[in-house]
Amino acid sequence: MTAYRGKYADELIANAAYIGTPGKGILAADESTGTIGKRLSSINVENVETNRRILRELLFTAPGALQYLSGVILFEETLYQKTAAGKPFVDVLNEGGVLPGIKVDKGTVELAGTNGETTTQGLDGLAQRCQKYYEAGARFAKWRAVLKIGPNEPSQLAINENANGLARYAIICQENGLVPIVEPEILVDGSHDINKCADVTERVLAACYKALNDHHVLLEGTLLKPNMVTPGSDSAKVAPEVIAEYTVRALQRTMPPAVPAVVFLSGGQSEEEATVNLNAMNKLKTKKPWTLSFSFGRALQQSTLKAWSGKDENIPKAQAALLKRCKANSEATLGTYLGGGDLSEGASESLHVKDYKY
Amino acid sequence: MSCYRGKYADELIKNAAYIGSPGKGILAADESTGTIGKRFESIKVENTESNRRALRELLFTTPNVLQFLSGVIFFEETLYQKTASGKLFVDVLKEGGVLPGIKVDKGTIELAGTNGETTTQGLDDLAKRCQQYYTAGARFAKWRAVLKIGPNEPSQLAINENANGLARYAIICQENGLVPIVEPEILVDGSHDINRCADVTERVLAACYKALNDHKVLLEGTLLKPNMVTPGSEAKKVAPEVIAEHTVRALQRTMPAAVPAVVFLSGGQSEEEATVNLNAMNQLKTKKPWSLTFSYGRALQQSTLKAWAGKTENVKKAQDNFHGRCKANSEATLGTYKGGAASGDGASESLHVKDYKY
Repeated sequence: MTAYRGKYADELIANAAYIGTPGKGILAADESTGTIGKRLSSINVENVETNRRILRELLFTAPGALQYLSGVILFEETLYQKTAAGKPFVDVLNEGGVLPGIKVDKGTVELAGTNGETTTQGLDGLAQRCQKYYEAGARFAKWRAVLKIGPNEPSQLAINENANGLARYAIICQENGLVPIVEPEILVDGSHDINKCADVTERVLAACYKALNDHHVLLEGTLLKPNMVTPGSDSAKVAPEVIAEYTVRALQRTMPPAVPAVVFLSGGQSEEEATVNLNAMNKLKTKKPWTLSFSFGRALQQSTLKAWSGKDENIPKAQAALLKRCKANSEATLGTYLGGGDLSEGASESLHVKDYKY
Repeated sequence: MSCYRGKYADELIKNAAYIGSPGKGILAADESTGTIGKRFESIKVENTESNRRALRELLFTTPNVLQFLSGVIFFEETLYQKTASGKLFVDVLKEGGVLPGIKVDKGTIELAGTNGETTTQGLDDLAKRCQQYYTAGARFAKWRAVLKIGPNEPSQLAINENANGLARYAIICQENGLVPIVEPEILVDGSHDINRCADVTERVLAACYKALNDHKVLLEGTLLKPNMVTPGSEAKKVAPEVIAEHTVRALQRTMPAAVPAVVFLSGGQSEEEATVNLNAMNQLKTKKPWSLTFSYGRALQQSTLKAWAGKTENVKKAQDNFHGRCKANSEATLGTYKGGAASGDGASESLHVKDYKY
């Protein structure tokens, strides 16, 4: 058997294709308790379950926003939370035509003998956890592998280990009904130029797709969540059209057409940058046999968080900010985003945090 | 550097794209002296240089046939041969808008410890030989790797060794101006079903593209020459649509969009089968970000050889036949072949020779 053909095969293919529907994308709302704590702290909000619940309710019930989303990635706690009126978030999403997803990795650990390179944990008991999540309504999963660019990085060990981990996670998900988002994030940290990023991205993606093939993963039932190809955070910026060209070329050189969609991560890009870059990719006239969409966390929530600041009276304002970014990114998937306009506070703010862990 | 970007990069990209022009394909006329001898024997023609020259002149000067060809693969001897009136074959092709190609491998040898599996020789001094061929007018090259399906075959060793050889050959060609045709032929011999062939083909192609990436080959300046995905020679036949579906799916799962075209080998298929199967692929409505065309040897020449039988008075009849097959395959690349092309004696004849070596 070449690729997974078990009981969930058709469902995986249908769900992966749905997530890549033009005009839609993913809201990554899967910040762990520790990470969301940092966000809440930046707006002086206490990191308690209630506040975490309120924030996610604010996001998922923002009027008009769900039409622009095909999926939302949840942290485990959120998968079981409800609105103040008692409706499970999973039902809110399903009623809005949005697939619930679940972060299943357990963070990174350092690889001995490397210069701070990491691999990702979470394989132990993963099958059982996936089954539970499927029962709770999840239909896709996410696992973040992290690589960095340096004089000797990424090392072959880091590439192999992370690619293999992604492939094991992916097949276990598929066996249990969840579409795996494959996320090999190459951090933007560094002073390298865009060519170096392209080189590394192509090598990493080639390794990932070889590993997925080795592990018999059904590519038609997967998604890719890569970094865009950009200069390092300490290098001179380039135009969105250049980022678009390098990114799409890297995908053309490594990603088989069987994969239905790419859902880009935003890395440390500001809300506006992330949207404009995605838009440029969708305007590019070249071979693109997969949808190019978004799976943004910070780049969808930054100005919303600021507008909310933890106050009930700010909720409508905050929801309006979210709607604005969702609509903008929806247009970006169609290549019709006209840019700028009246940007909310925070929309142009770089969201880069050095050596980001979340 | 992510891949080759040297002095020939633009030319390689242009030539590879040209070979994949819709409506055109490759005539594989690169039979070694030994192999053409077997063909001649079957029509009772003596294997002399003069006869080999006469056959190739018959093919290349067929009126109005070059419009259907984007390339012709030569054996080394033929690269330097001329028409009876003294014009170099290379010039005949160039004037007809056809790129000359050259077989550069030196045949297969067995891998110790395997059950008759092989690797391909020819890397020694390959760079020098490519330079000579480029000077003589060649613009693309071909290297045939061979794998087989069996209870324990293809072994990981055979896959790795052949993939690595293809990748080394490919980058050396590119450094010297020749577009490499990457040919990992999985022999049709056996009683396996089409699913088994699909499994093996996907594994082999994934290994090839990983190796090409490792060796920094510029995919936009390469071509793939794979087997179609079919049942084994001793298994029940299936419809062309089934072959088309399994073959295109295998390519979707393994071949990056950056590769401009696939030029299928005909294996042991009859002339008509090879055309009908290619036609079915081009009629398929699915993602196909690369041209699907032909690189046929036996499946373009079989009935022509029979019609010629070595006699000058048969040349016109043979050329008419050859024109018919080329036109049929041209239509197949467009999905417009309606079947039953002008085919002489032998068009439906299976050309399968067990454990084919040439």
